[in-house]
Amino acid sequence: MRAERRGSTAALFGSELLTLFRRRRTVALLAALALIPVLIGVAIRLAGDAGSGRGPAFLDQITNNGLFVGVTAIIVAIPLFLPLTIGVVAGDTIAGEASHGTLRYLLIAPAGRLRLLAVKYLSAGVFCLAASLTVVVVGTLVGWALFPIGPVTLLSGSTVSVGEGLLRLLGIAAYVCVSLLGLSAIGLFLSTLTTVPVGAMAATAILAVVAQIIGALPQLDWLHPWLFSEHWLGFADLLRDPVQWASFADNALLQAGYILVFGALACGRFLTKDILS
Amino acid sequence: MTGFAIETAGLSKRFRAQMAVDGIDLAVPSGSVFGFLGPNGSGKTTTIRMLLGLVAASSGSARVLGTDMPRGVGSVLPRVGALVEGPAFLPFLSGAANLRRFDAADRSAGGRSRPARVADALDRVGLSHAADKKVHAYSLGMKQRLGLANALLVPRDLLVLDEPTNGLDPQGTREVRNLIRSLAGDGTTVFVSSHLLAEVEQICTHVGVMRAGRLVTQGTLDDFRSTGAVSVRLQTPDVADARAVLARLGLTVDAPAGTPARAGGPADATRLVTARLDATPPEAVVAALVAAGVRVRGFEAAHASLEQRFVELTGEGFDVVQ
Repeated sequence: MRAERRGSTAALFGSELLTLFRRRRTVALLAALALIPVLIGVAIRLAGDAGSGRGPAFLDQITNNGLFVGVTAIIVAIPLFLPLTIGVVAGDTIAGEASHGTLRYLLIAPAGRLRLLAVKYLSAGVFCLAASLTVVVVGTLVGWALFPIGPVTLLSGSTVSVGEGLLRLLGIAAYVCVSLLGLSAIGLFLSTLTTVPVGAMAATAILAVVAQIIGALPQLDWLHPWLFSEHWLGFADLLRDPVQWASFADNALLQAGYILVFGALACGRFLTKDILS
Repeated sequence: MTGFAIETAGLSKRFRAQMAVDGIDLAVPSGSVFGFLGPNGSGKTTTIRMLLGLVAASSGSARVLGTDMPRGVGSVLPRVGALVEGPAFLPFLSGAANLRRFDAADRSAGGRSRPARVADALDRVGLSHAADKKVHAYSLGMKQRLGLANALLVPRDLLVLDEPTNGLDPQGTREVRNLIRSLAGDGTTVFVSSHLLAEVEQICTHVGVMRAGRLVTQGTLDDFRSTGAVSVRLQTPDVADARAVLARLGLTVDAPAGTPARAGGPADATRLVTARLDATPPEAVVAALVAAGVRVRGFEAAHASLEQRFVELTGEGFDVVQ
């Protein structure tokens, strides 16, 4: 009996993923993210190096080693593009169903409110992974196609093989995915507050920008450790020798805190909400 | 197990200052086809939402299939098929994909039989040909059928259908009627809300009438009709004499049903006189009319139509809900 229950929750999760990734909007969001490394790669290939010190970090490394296209693209995408796509997907989770009227039919199926919320959050999490992987993988492929590939010189000066370089790129994708989970939880909560998905999407994206603005103000130093965006750019520690896992752990802990708080808020709101849509 | 598929006690819902549903005691016998009537805004849909656990009651209780709601949502709802306030689907998915999605949300529905059950439900509502079409391209009537198919994905003990024939053409309406009849024949209790009284009259065994959040009456359809006044309809050219006779017998005669169609019409054209029959036997009325020389060309004594009863209970005109 229990095994069957687990199986059918997997079925709901599977159906949710299928719905999410078959949707044209989701594909368009991922395509837009893929465009970033393509633009960077093509621009540098055509125009050449801009000279060291200008442009985003690692930009001047690309002509030496194509593997840095993915890293550069992630740095470019983190402040706005990635949070924007997460805002669209996480903000749509509950509010989107409500606006289509399908929320009431899911609930009387019955999906179970907690189960539906969990499945919705998990699929938003899968989208976070898909989004960060898209940037890194497309970046690596573009770099491979347009530039020489070789052993990777790390920030601490030592050099690792191409294979390990690729592993560390995957590590960066994982780091970025974890970074976005807190924001997804915020989006999920905002999505339970409204039946207008665009409102929840915009609010989520705006919060991501506000957090980074606060993070840039030294006057608000005391607040910085609590911002979900605090460690967003900390993945550079994965490019040291040996790998500095401390920032990965700090980031994971912070995001877990956000998941807990906003997950609880989302439950508190959604489990007792009158569904009038 | 009580003999009721739905049973509520003092069920109420308050939205801010307004009582949407005000202490209703609904009793829907198992196996009945229960017509849930009432003007727009009388609280029908809010009641249905409370029965299905979508909205929490402000006070009172509801039992569905013998289990308290909303506590029993997980165990009861798999046995309940529902159409609530119109069908709703994701427009970018096909009809079949939408059904598979709702079916996957039901923990008790097996995954292996899903494709077969979806195909079966689509076939039952005549949508097999459009199964793989995006819902975006469906007409209103097709969406309504798909909504019914969703309610029929697994065999149900109770069907809650809110305006099931909304948007359907006459053929579709007929099919839905036949579908409800055949489901009821299999022992499914059907709770159908509607304001199409002709519909209700044809398929329901029981009715309940809502007005401004209150349940003003409920019972079998026959009881409902027979509690209304009996009226007589008389066809005669001798309107003035007939009215005089009827009035002498103590009947409440309705106002003349308008002047003749044309001023120059034949003097002895048949016209209709209607009156409310209270205790007087109809045969006595006919005898008195004939004795008075009134030319009786047609005479009928009948219970008020469902529509008349409905209007008696819920008021007339657009301002029925305060």
